Amino acid sequence: MAFEGLADRLQSTIKKITGKGKVSEQDVKEMTREVRLALLEADVNYKVVKDLIKRIKERAVGQEVMESLTPGQQVIKVVKEELTALMGGEQSKIAVADKAPTVIMMTGLQGAGKTTTTGKLANLLRKKHNRSPLLVACDIYRPAAIQQLETLGKQLDLPVFSMGTDANPVDIAQKAIEKAKEEHHDYVIIDTAGRLHVDSELMQELEEIKSVVKPDEIYLVVDSMTGQDAVNVAESFNEQLDITGVVLTKLDGDTRGGAALSIKAVTDKPIKFAGMGEKLDQLEAFHPDRMASRILGMGDVLSLIEKAQTNVDEKQAKELEEKMKNMSFTFDDFLEQMGQVKKMGPLDDLMSMIPGANKMKGLKNAQIDEKQISHVEAIIQSMTKNERQDPSLMNASRKKRIAKGSGTSVSQVNRLLKQFEEMKKMMKQMTNMQKGKKGKGMKFPFM
Amino acid sequence: MGFMDKWKMKFQKNEEETKEVSTKYKDGMKKTRQSFSGRINDLIARYRKVDEDFFEELEEVLITADVGVSTVMDLIDELKMEVKRQNIKDSKAVKDVISEKLVEIYYGEDDEQTEHLNLQEEQLSIILVVGVNGAGKTTSIGKLAYQLKQQGKKVVLAAGDTFRAGAIEQLDIWGERAGVDVIKQNEGSDPAAVIFDGIKSAKSRNADVLICDTAGRLQNKVNLMNELAKVKRVIEREVPGAPHEVLLVLDATTGQNALSQAKTFSEATDVSGIVLTKLDGTAKGGIVLAIRHELQLPVKYVGLGEKMEDLQEFDAHAFVYGLFADMLEED
Ligand SMILES: Nc1nc2c(ncn2[C@@H]2O[C@H](COP(=O)(O)OP(=O)(O)OP(=O)(O)O)[C@@H](O)[C@H]2O)c(=O)[nH]1
Ligand SMILES: [Mg+2]
Repeated sequence: MAFEGLADRLQSTIKKITGKGKVSEQDVKEMTREVRLALLEADVNYKVVKDLIKRIKERAVGQEVMESLTPGQQVIKVVKEELTALMGGEQSKIAVADKAPTVIMMTGLQGAGKTTTTGKLANLLRKKHNRSPLLVACDIYRPAAIQQLETLGKQLDLPVFSMGTDANPVDIAQKAIEKAKEEHHDYVIIDTAGRLHVDSELMQELEEIKSVVKPDEIYLVVDSMTGQDAVNVAESFNEQLDITGVVLTKLDGDTRGGAALSIKAVTDKPIKFAGMGEKLDQLEAFHPDRMASRILGMGDVLSLIEKAQTNVDEKQAKELEEKMKNMSFTFDDFLEQMGQVKKMGPLDDLMSMIPGANKMKGLKNAQIDEKQISHVEAIIQSMTKNERQDPSLMNASRKKRIAKGSGTSVSQVNRLLKQFEEMKKMMKQMTNMQKGKKGKGMKFPFM
Repeated sequence: MGFMDKWKMKFQKNEEETKEVSTKYKDGMKKTRQSFSGRINDLIARYRKVDEDFFEELEEVLITADVGVSTVMDLIDELKMEVKRQNIKDSKAVKDVISEKLVEIYYGEDDEQTEHLNLQEEQLSIILVVGVNGAGKTTSIGKLAYQLKQQGKKVVLAAGDTFRAGAIEQLDIWGERAGVDVIKQNEGSDPAAVIFDGIKSAKSRNADVLICDTAGRLQNKVNLMNELAKVKRVIEREVPGAPHEVLLVLDATTGQNALSQAKTFSEATDVSGIVLTKLDGTAKGGIVLAIRHELQLPVKYVGLGEKMEDLQEFDAHAFVYGLFADMLEED
């Protein structure tokens, strides 16, 4: 990838100034230059970056260097605090109307992910909040958009209200509300057609729907890969509809997602949810602080750790952490972990959350094929007890024996050994990172 | 003859044509009428001196168009050097240098035109269409089918997106609109099998072109990228020399991630060209400059709306004009 995280970027500047007692204006200037580049590469809007940098400069100059922090870390800290402050706290509450039904309107550009998100929200409302939502198909324009929502409805076993493609979206929405009242649905989620923010006719249509159904929530659905234009889109939708929140989609991709920051800056509306996959249960509360790390290129380590924690039992996790830290992680642990990891979900999802994982050559292959896991298991199972504890024992004849025993080849065995070493290194990084989060040693792995 | 002169000649020769294309772009993009060089003139006129302010605004305009920060920095550095070397003090004279550099970034060493589709005579041509979710693949396929059919070609579509709800029906409706056959199986079936079927049917119908739709996928999903590579292998196996085009559909609103998309999709399927969609919005799609520059991937088509006719062959001049339009339009 062409992009480096902010941490990588700052490294050279930091080297120069470690050991100084104060962050000088020149230091800050050099570092904010790098911060600026990192933010722009992450697709944060040019003007938003400009404002941010101004504030960061003001805050960073003249600061005493804390003993526990290098000046570089300190700048990162300021930057991260600024970003997190800008993004606001976590707000994934969904409004509840005084009188049912509560009406949610989904809006956004073409291809942003409105229909899928409509399905996900309905699923969330039912599963987590025990509600009974009615889905409404108001996209009469895109071919088969109604079928798409109907299919999702079937998958979820939830009702979908539609009147075909000849009806007027405003009428559809209105009738849907009546129907919801009759059938005692407590939520109505209206899926609207994707449209350009500069398409005045279609924007007018949204205003009409809004004035007829009086929604309690108007969500703007935005693709997290959006570039500089995110500000124009968010500003227009917000000005014309006074949106109540934002849903950021496709965050399971590898985009930095700077659009999140731009949108928040221009609308000051909360980003409520994040779409994390194509499946209907992959909608999560949006975590502003994690997004800040992600934009800065520090990986979504926290999500990973949280994910690990819900699946790995506490005590085992503690033991593992110790082992990771001491680098005493063995193939036996690896085998055991693989079982745990399998429970966490698709491997490449996990790997894509680890900072720098895609840069490590050995890992690039490791993340690929879930079938490969069975090979790996076979190889480890063909090792002797000692070999599993101490990979340095490995020599040509042992490797040959293992390959034969596991029905693989020596090069496969070699590959695994290499991957194992890479993995150990990475684990060490991760545990350090995690500690940093807790505010204890505050040592970042990249410094 | 220098590169710039050649380009100028081309520009003048095509002035009528360029104007027409620009007008079309304008309708789509709601931009003004003046030619690109005229616009640059305006910009230059506002700044008498080529100074830091001038370069800063240039930087802002380009970055805001999603050109990408490193490309812009390089460009500006080169411009500054060039300005110094030629001892340009007057902003009017910097115009040529800007145009030259920008076009250079796009075309690189060769200014060869690679916009046209590689279609076979007297033989089935296969076009594989790939891209992330919601980029505009299915819509672009509908538009392209219509366009090729207008040119007298017999076109068949294969509904290779068996995953997303309603995807097959969507392509079916486009097939109906364009008046071409759609080969499909049930939702959830193996995409490679659908494409295989599509090839067989296209052959037996003596079709000229088969366009294969695929499910949208994010490029970091390794399993899904492998699935795509498999689809391509099936095509290669069934028709030697195919696929003749692998088109990556990119949403113009996408930021820097588009470069990662282009790289990873190329690794999996050897992309031959780009369809840049949704240029009728306010996004500029500047990232294709970097994509062309770094990966030598040409843009072949641009999408300018949701109607069947809203697909046009890419025009580099009109595109560059679009990047600047806002800066040039001010007051
Ligand atoms: N304004 C505009 N909208 C477009 C353009 N191209 C496609 N769209 C719209 O973008 C949305 C998504 O387009 P699709 O063709 O379904 O995209 P896709 O890549 O096939 O999507 P998936 O199959 O879901 O991954 C639809 O609402 C299209 O009408 C364009 O050039 N301009
Ligand atoms: Mg599609």
